[in-house]
Amino acid sequence: MSTKETEDTLYFGDVPFTSRLLTGTGKFASRDIIAPMLEASGSELITVALRRVDPDAKEKDILQYIPKSVRILPNTSGARTAEEAVRIARIAREAGCGDFIKIEVITDMKYLLPDNAGTLKATEILAKEGFIVLPYMMPDITVTKQLHDAGAAAIMPLGSPIGTNRGLEMKAMLKRIIEISKLPVVVDAGIGRPSQAAEAMEMGADAVLVNTAIATSHDPVMAGKAFALAVQAGRMARLAQMAEEKEYAEASSPLTGFLRQ
Amino acid sequence: MHIILNGEQTAISSQSLHAMITEKGFDPNTLIAEVNFQLIKKNDWEQTTLNEGDTVELLSFVGGG
Repeated sequence: MSTKETEDTLYFGDVPFTSRLLTGTGKFASRDIIAPMLEASGSELITVALRRVDPDAKEKDILQYIPKSVRILPNTSGARTAEEAVRIARIAREAGCGDFIKIEVITDMKYLLPDNAGTLKATEILAKEGFIVLPYMMPDITVTKQLHDAGAAAIMPLGSPIGTNRGLEMKAMLKRIIEISKLPVVVDAGIGRPSQAAEAMEMGADAVLVNTAIATSHDPVMAGKAFALAVQAGRMARLAQMAEEKEYAEASSPLTGFLRQ
Repeated sequence: MHIILNGEQTAISSQSLHAMITEKGFDPNTLIAEVNFQLIKKNDWEQTTLNEGDTVELLSFVGGG
């Protein structure tokens, strides 16, 4: 392993991470699979949501299923305005979930695409309150800069709509964002296969967040491992600076005839 | 007395927040409680008295991406 690779640490705020695969706790058929999935994937940051309790559901809360070594990233899902997102973030922190918060402000219930204006507003408020803010955002160059200035710790542009497994539909814009962003870029949402995660990492994404594809596979533990390997492969390819595509063939063997000089 | 519990008008016989949570059959260990949009820490639940018309939200962490 080269020095560059062993020292390849990702920071959100001043918190270091070795793994570049963020995971989520939604949609698992059994919550007991979450801990082995985390172990197999090496993921060090996992999302949870906050909801009103259902008096009829007698299940333990989701935090009981997450090993203490893994950091919690509460999301503000369900928030339709910046104010609601801020309220959820404050509750999550008060409840002992730490300073990390994934901002989700969504009013479009068909495609679940984020409201960038509301997201920016919530980021501004929460960053000032000392949160480590990871905003889920629609890929946009101007908003990327504005989120940086607002104090976000990273940006989380979507690959494609949440839960669709459609991969990097936003590829062209993601490339431009990766090029200009001064903050870590985490491609969040829509990544359905390890190959798509690897593609995002090869493009220069700093990390990916994968929930649905792992949770709804038949074997989430193996899927977690597969995504971890893909993320690692993509990252190493990025660091190795792969050669560019060419139009015409370029021989890998000497071009002289077999028996002639 | 009546309170608004998670958006629903609810009759309760308990006086304290903690007693109400037990009365309604919730597991106190996994809950987060707000009274009138103010987060109440678990240690303060017993001393928190509920009044007619209070808005109480009981929340917990669930799976999410």
